[in-house]
Amino acid sequence: MSGALGPPATSVLTAGTPDGPETVEALTPERTRSYRRRRNRGSRQRDLTLLLMGAPALVALLVFNYLPMAGIVLAFKNYNTYDGVLHSPWVGLQNFHFLFSNGDALRVTRNTVVMNSLFIVANLVISIGLALLLNEIRDRAPWLGKIYQSAMFLPFVLSYVVITNFALTFLNADTGIVNHLLRHFGASGVDWYNAPNWWPLVLTVVEVWKSVGFWVIVYLAGIISISPEYYEAASIDGASRWQQIRQITLPLLVPLIVINVLLSLSHIFNADFGLFFQVTQNSTTLYPTTDVIDTYVYRSLTSIGDVGMAAAAGLYQSFVGFVLVVTANWLVRRRGTDALF
Amino acid sequence: MVIETAPAKAYRPVRRSGPAFDLRRLAIHCGLVIVALGFVTPLIIVISASFSSESAITDHGYSPLPQRFSTTAYRYVLGDPSKIVQAYGVSMLVTVTGTILSLTIMSMLAYTLSRNDYRLRRPLSFYVLFTMIFNGGLVPTYILITQYLHLQNTVLVLILPYVVTPWYLLLLRTYFAQLPKDIMDAARIDGAGEWRVFTGIVLPLSKPALATVGLFVMLLYWNDWWLGLLYITDDRFAPLQLYLYRILTNIDFAASNSQLAGTTIAIPIQTVRMAVAVLAIGPIVAAFFFIQRFLIRGIALGGLKD
Repeated sequence: MSGALGPPATSVLTAGTPDGPETVEALTPERTRSYRRRRNRGSRQRDLTLLLMGAPALVALLVFNYLPMAGIVLAFKNYNTYDGVLHSPWVGLQNFHFLFSNGDALRVTRNTVVMNSLFIVANLVISIGLALLLNEIRDRAPWLGKIYQSAMFLPFVLSYVVITNFALTFLNADTGIVNHLLRHFGASGVDWYNAPNWWPLVLTVVEVWKSVGFWVIVYLAGIISISPEYYEAASIDGASRWQQIRQITLPLLVPLIVINVLLSLSHIFNADFGLFFQVTQNSTTLYPTTDVIDTYVYRSLTSIGDVGMAAAAGLYQSFVGFVLVVTANWLVRRRGTDALF
Repeated sequence: MVIETAPAKAYRPVRRSGPAFDLRRLAIHCGLVIVALGFVTPLIIVISASFSSESAITDHGYSPLPQRFSTTAYRYVLGDPSKIVQAYGVSMLVTVTGTILSLTIMSMLAYTLSRNDYRLRRPLSFYVLFTMIFNGGLVPTYILITQYLHLQNTVLVLILPYVVTPWYLLLLRTYFAQLPKDIMDAARIDGAGEWRVFTGIVLPLSKPALATVGLFVMLLYWNDWWLGLLYITDDRFAPLQLYLYRILTNIDFAASNSQLAGTTIAIPIQTVRMAVAVLAIGPIVAAFFFIQRFLIRGIALGGLKD
């Protein structure tokens, strides 16, 4: 939500620890009763130590992740500060009714899903294209390839506040570079921050610029891990580089692509708050195309002060997000190991 | 679900096919140079604008090289240093404390979860995992922090909510779990306790993973303005990114105010904005060349391992 740096593509349900055999106990030769009692006492103490080591992080998760989960009751209440979360009056589904009847829910849901879909497609096509190009020059000039890759990755480490500054240098109505160029070629400039129809394009460009370097790394790593024997066999058979890309590289990347797209789809209900709030400068005239669930919840909470409706919109987002993540992970799992190389 | 490729070994022997120079290769290089420039140009323009004079920008617009070189913007920003120095201080404090604290407590729990002979491993792993699948959302968190924990306008509120990132925790766990078991078992037989094994063996062997996760956490803290936007109203606790955001949103207001007051000294709006942006990204961009290989390795590993 904060435009944080967490790698977006992570199959949360499938990241597992390898289940090795319990080596120590199994290999111990003498298993007398006294030995076992001694071990048991030792193991209970050890379990306690391990729990204590984990405790700080477990408590942090309890406070900042689990306690707010209990707070979803707010979506069904008419919250006021005096009564607090526990004693505010229940209102049933009234908050949801209000949210869905005034058309806001439909608008922000549409914007969220449409914009995220644009991002997914643009990032996928451009990052695979760039990864393929980088792979082509990898054999002769690896250091140049590294420089290109670093350049593409650079925006990934910048915050959206800084990127908003960058966007301003391009889009400012008077001094912006884009309008300068437009005027130079005889066209009239665009008042960007008041032209909502342009923003699906603008935001896609900004999003791709910021995060495509991340995906290039992912797909380049995927391409590099394809066994070179395939290519050797193909070039003996006289296949051109283009044929090799179409017949070997892309088909072998499909499993990785499928998984990444599924995981992106599972987050399609979660917009990047930084992108939609900062880069648009929270310009009211742009809301028809740039108002997403996250900015809507934020505004309902902070400027409108409608806690109930903000909570209802948040719960709607969390719930649909939950269903999507679970479904996506189920699909990834169902593809099983044969989904990967 | 795990692809069996160690990151270093994934780079297979290089195939050199075709002549060293051909038209196709040259075309690819040209294309990539243009793309690479596209990625760094905005940064260059912002740096150049911050060293330009305000009038040059109003007259000719932005350019990749400074026009009418001037340090007015920096002198303006640093002339009244109390605010920006304070913001720098807050960001530094939050980043350093947050990263150390976060790495410490995440690796401790990761070690616990990496022990496959630990009885609570499965339920506790699920406890961590579930926070990635479902969340209470902004409103309950906001009310918890402001009404119940009373953390607003403290440095703690900029640190604690990010102190555990489940994804990084699981990354560390996976790394710890594949360390060679024999050394740890040998140490245990010699009477070493869990703490000793953790600090004496696991941590030293996990330096690459700790460095990668540490850098991601560092970036998370340094770049954050979201927590500040929500919970900080007192300027004394505003981190650098929030300070920049405030300048972005207030500068036009400040400018119109000074015109109202009839003062002739206008604030160099455009260049000041750029100067603060350069100051905010300075440490990151300077460190970028040293840290990027860790980040790239982390991403390549995480992307393939999901």
